[in-house]
Amino acid sequence: MSLAPLLSIRDLSMRFTKPRSLADAVARRPRKVVSALNGVELDVMPGETLGIVGESGCGKSTLARCIAGLNRPTAGDILFEGESVVGLKGARRRAYNRRVQMMFQDPYTSLNPRMTVRDALEEAITVHGMRSGAAVGRRVEELLDLVRLPEGAADKYPHEFSGGQRQRIGIARALALEPTCLVADELVSALDVSVQAQVVNLLMELQDTLGLTVLFVAHDLRLVRHVSHRVAVIYLGAIVEIGPSGPLFANPVHPYSRALLAAAPSLDPAKRRRKPAIAGELPSPLDVPPGCPFHLRCPHAGEICRREKPALRPAGAGLAACHFAEALPGA
Amino acid sequence: MEKPVVLAVRDLRTEFGPAAHPLVAVDGVSFEVREGEILGLVGESGSGKSITLRSILGIVQPRGRVFGQILWKGRDLAALDETRLRAVRGREIAMIFQEPMSSLNPLLTVGLQIEENLLAHTDLDARARKARAVELLDMVGIPAARSRLGDYPHEFSGGMRQRVMIAIALASNPRLLLADEPTTALDVTIQDQILRLIQSLAEELGMAMILVTHDMAVVAETCDRVAVMYGGRLCETGETAAVIGDARHPYTLGLLRSIPRDVPPRTPLYSIPGAPPALSAMPAGCAFTARCPVAGSDCRDARPPLAALSGGRHVACHRLPEAAAFFSAREAAR
Repeated sequence: MSLAPLLSIRDLSMRFTKPRSLADAVARRPRKVVSALNGVELDVMPGETLGIVGESGCGKSTLARCIAGLNRPTAGDILFEGESVVGLKGARRRAYNRRVQMMFQDPYTSLNPRMTVRDALEEAITVHGMRSGAAVGRRVEELLDLVRLPEGAADKYPHEFSGGQRQRIGIARALALEPTCLVADELVSALDVSVQAQVVNLLMELQDTLGLTVLFVAHDLRLVRHVSHRVAVIYLGAIVEIGPSGPLFANPVHPYSRALLAAAPSLDPAKRRRKPAIAGELPSPLDVPPGCPFHLRCPHAGEICRREKPALRPAGAGLAACHFAEALPGA
Repeated sequence: MEKPVVLAVRDLRTEFGPAAHPLVAVDGVSFEVREGEILGLVGESGSGKSITLRSILGIVQPRGRVFGQILWKGRDLAALDETRLRAVRGREIAMIFQEPMSSLNPLLTVGLQIEENLLAHTDLDARARKARAVELLDMVGIPAARSRLGDYPHEFSGGMRQRVMIAIALASNPRLLLADEPTTALDVTIQDQILRLIQSLAEELGMAMILVTHDMAVVAETCDRVAVMYGGRLCETGETAAVIGDARHPYTLGLLRSIPRDVPPRTPLYSIPGAPPALSAMPAGCAFTARCPVAGSDCRDARPPLAALSGGRHVACHRLPEAAAFFSAREAAR
């Protein structure tokens, strides 16, 4: 693997300001601010699959959307091949957009119901000037073949396809622009288990043949472990642990990663637990606690955790943001 | 010694649409639930698992038509009229749903919604109902239960709302709890809390339960026995450990192998080709024929019966030896 990262995310923060209700305006209460991302640091290497896991509301989709340029971060920077892409405009923005493509979760709402598959693919190809003339049609056939959609699929509408086939159309649309990096936000979560494997196999195969970098955002830990080279665990808008997939799943360091992995149901009935892996719920991103974001639920939290936010530092086979990374049992 | 059977479903068939060309959502399903047992009903969307659950309580009518027998304490629920069914529904058999936000009334406090159920199904007076409501919220693990009776559903998080739903369901001391994907909308750490809660409550109260889910791992963690559904029919039933450790039906075998488990990272997963059949295009024979790696022409025409194997297992397949050979050859090739 080459040493220069394809994407570098530096201290990225994203805040959304909620509209003030009338009552709040009258009482002159300040606007509520949702802190979706709080200082994310991340490098994505060319050709790798980086899995991003966390619970709903942890900011994993916001991170994906910031990278794909759909949200403009409040603070921090995103470097693509060493160049900042946050404030890009015009032709350079379009050039970046072409190279980083996003695929969405819901196959029923992410395709225009009034456009045939051919329309959708041709639009992407011509807007970015990827092909012209008769080559456009040939490219459409090529793309459909690449994602293994049956012949004749090009002139059908999205409603004529099953969920798994629609996700293939989404993949084809992303590949139409010959991107360098794919951002897959919960690509298979809406699909039935028996169909998930088809789409995941296709994604892994395309990645290997086309040399793509993939950000695989998902909540299914077993699947993330299977497809990712490295995995980042996000809690309340910050990365709490990142490292190579195998060691991270086998020996997680951060107490949150441990709880998350323990809570995932196991397929082995002999490993049943009677006690939940962790009590409590994710705090609201409207009111992020000071210090370590996890200290309210952490069984190992000490005084320092309430005051100081831990930085990511080497622990285990990767990096973890925990004041007690070395002192934890089993570390 | 085996516990007594509390619910026996015999040849359940639920259909919708015109009687001349019905859409059969549940087709010839038979199973039993014993006292204190948790039965997992697992399948993909459209496999008929939720409709099976709803048919038991008679909440698919009037659009749906239910045939067969649903034997509960010696009575056939399928034959009861609405008035008599209401005495059972919510009292002896309670149900919790997937989406806790849309199954609670957003305009009523949770205290009122619990007390409503107590009023309908018990003869407690107002003061005792309130005390019982606090007790129930406390039992399902809602902190500071007394002070939360006056809160509205939107003031609770998703996990807490599901706990409230469970409290309401338990208000009448049901003997059977029907849970329709109770944790699908929840995050994994919250799912874990709710599953452990349901499990310990079922044990403490000696309550039987049917848990509908699409997640084999949830079944592995929670259920005593499992019934796998495909295309409205049962394809395999048995003890959870036996079915997961030693599946026999090609659908169960394929489903378990499409979940990454003990395989080298980034290797292709087994994938079941195609998509589940539409209700309007069910084959006369086995519903899995079109996607089955070992199907033959007999499978398309003749429906395999759910036949007993040793150890209380039941499998509906014409080609058990071929299925076992196919998947073990695949395993050996790795």
